Order: sequence, then C-alpha cells, then structure tokens
Amino acid sequence: MSDLGVDIEQHIPRLRRYARALTGDRAAADDLVQDTLERALSRFHLWRRGSDLRAWLFTIMHNVFVNQARSRMRYPHEALDGSAADALQYREPDWSDLRDIGGALAKLPVEQRTVVLLVGLEQFTYDEAARVLEVPIGTVMSRLSRARERMRVLLGGDFKASALKVVK
Amino acid sequence: MSRQAVTETDLHAYVDGALPAERAAEVDAYLADRPEEAARLAAYREQNAALHREFDPVLDERPPHRLDAPRLVPTRSLLRYAAVVAWFALGGVIGWQLHAYTADRRADVTSWPRRAAIAHVVYSPEVRHPVEVGADQEAHLVAWLSKRLGTPLKVPHLGELGFTLVGGRLLPGDRGPVAQFMYQDGKGQRLTLYVRVNPDDSGETAFRFAQEHGVGVFYWLDRKLGYALSGEVEKGELLRIATAVYRQLNP
Repeated sequence: MSDLGVDIEQHIPRLRRYARALTGDRAAADDLVQDTLERALSRFHLWRRGSDLRAWLFTIMHNVFVNQARSRMRYPHEALDGSAADALQYREPDWSDLRDIGGALAKLPVEQRTVVLLVGLEQFTYDEAARVLEVPIGTVMSRLSRARERMRVLLGGDFKASALKVVK
Repeated sequence: MSRQAVTETDLHAYVDGALPAERAAEVDAYLADRPEEAARLAAYREQNAALHREFDPVLDERPPHRLDAPRLVPTRSLLRYAAVVAWFALGGVIGWQLHAYTADRRADVTSWPRRAAIAHVVYSPEVRHPVEVGADQEAHLVAWLSKRLGTPLKVPHLGELGFTLVGGRLLPGDRGPVAQFMYQDGKGQRLTLYVRVNPDDSGETAFRFAQEHGVGVFYWLDRKLGYALSGEVEKGELLRIATAVYRQLNP
C-alpha cells in the first residue's frame, strides 16, 4: 500500500465527521469526502511534504464544498451573507428539531457553520481555521462570534453559569 | 494591577481552551462578577460539547468502501503521469494507433491484471509452498512453463535490485495456462511476475498501473505476451523494477 494512501486514510474519519456536520446528510457527506479525496490525490504534487496534511485536506474539502454550494446558488453574484448565504445551503439538511445542535447548525449561514465546526468540533486553532478557510483571522473571529450567538438563541438560551466551572 | 482588557476573542479562546493558564485566570476573575457573560460562555462551551456528542460517533463508523484511499489511487493522474513518463522512457513510442487500439480491448485489459493481483495475494504469503518449481531448477521451470504456454519464456533476473528468484508455478488464466514467477528480497518482501499469452499479437502498450487491495500492479503487453508485475511495494519502486523487467525481456 502506498504511503500516500495510508497517510490520507488516517484522516478519513475526521473528514467524514466534518462533512456530516457540514451537510447534515450522510450520503452527501460521503460524496463530499470522496470528491475531496479525489481532488487531493490529483493534486498531491502540490502538497508540501512535512506540512500539515490534515489542514491541507480540510482546505480542499472546504473549496469543494463551497464550489458545489455556489453552483447550487440561485444568485451567484450576491455576497455570501445574510439571506443569500441561507440560500446557499448545500443540501436541505434533514433536521427538523431546531432545538438540537444539528438543527441549529443547519440554520447558520455556511460561512458561519464552517467556522463553528472547524473550531468547536475539529479543534483547529483560529489561525489554522483562517488558513483552511483562506480568510483573515479577524474574519474567523467575527464569524465565530456571530455563529455562537445565533446558535445560542436557536438553542434556547443560556446554560447555568455553574456549567462553566473551569479546570483551574 | 495592569490587567489587559478582556476581548471577545479572549472569551472565545477561553471557551475553546486556547488561553494560557494565566490569561484564563484573568478571564475567570472578569467573569466572576458578570454572571450573564459567564452564562453566555457556558452556552458556547455546551455547543462544543453538543457537537462532539452529535458527530463523534461518525469517527467510529466504518467508512464506505468507496472511500478507501488506496482504491482511489490507481487511475488517478499521479500514476497516469508515472505511466506516461515510463512509456517515453522506454522509447516504445507507438502513440495514437495504440491508444485507439487499446481502448477497444479495455475490458480485457482490466480483467487480467486483476487476476494477476489475486494470484499475487494468494501465493506470495505462502511459507512452505510459494512455488511449484524452485529457482534451483530454473532451466526446468522455464522449459516447462514455455511448453505449457506454447511460447518461449524468459525469466528476468532482478539481483541488481535486490530480488532473487524463488521459482514459479503454472496457473489457470481466463484463456488458458498462465505462468507466475516469484521473487523475494532480503527482508522477505515478495514480487510476482504474471505472464500470459495474449489472445493475438497485441503489439505493445505503455505501462499501466492498477491497485487492488493494497497490491500494486504494473502491467503491459509486449507482442505475444502480457506481463503483470505485482507487489506490495511503493509504486515508484515497483515502476523501477517493472522497467528493469522490461529491459531484460527486450534487450
């Protein structure tokens, strides 16, 4: 088995997790992973050995996802914000209960959903997320802030402050 | 006390556990008399926890077969590129006629290398009976297999590449007898060369590469015979060996 296959294979479970959260649909998520892997293999000569393979794969996945979402968009020249971004839903996710986390995610504009997932689920640093998404770190922070606040409202408000007891 | 103002970024970093301990302590102090802010951050932290609860089970799923990374490797451009390079390196530039020609027999071309890969997987792990006739009877082996295939065979010697001949065996192919030669290096890594008679004088083809369940196969047609070299070695290495095999068969 090639090293390449082994290296990439290690990242498949996390790519699938991210894709599932991003699309909300098992089949669409695996389509996205497959497209990502194919593109990664066809561009493997562009990967700098020794650099972070995971970040590179997530960057490719993000680009594949955005391109596919854009091709589904009705008004392709509108800015990716507000209602246009809502129209950019990759595939209508099968989430009905707005009070669960999946439902809240589905309600987020894509560019906020990606940030909250890269940071909150995939545990990328803000710097890494900025590189994956190819936006300035300030943009990552503002999207993260908006995304979390919107989800908080969608999920019905606050948890008790006691839940925040931090490990000192 | 020259405490730096706590920013929104600090608060998110606090939620994500990305603050140095000292700064986190400062945020703790900041939150102590701001219960609403503390509640907001608790909600954010709960969001992270909920994401993990919801989606972490995906990590334990067995990915569908179509996502096996090695299976994606074969026909993709990397190897196509390697095959093209090899083709020109070999100097057998036949070009377009061949392209059209091989397209016709694609079904055929894709099935026999698979048989070669399967034969590799079946026999190469054998400890006691990897071959029917050992390398100590090489002359007999070659004469026997040549007779059964109905055409003179040659056995390449790969000593310079660190592989010695173990021996060979006769196998059933889809169109009659097939020969398999086995090689082994000092570490016990094995390669097999599968040789079959082409249905007609098929001319030559470029090296093609396929991968079946982790076994790489370089295969090509050379007039009467089709060759498939299989091994669980890195594809660049396998290409080097396939090139050496080709050169020995076409001095």
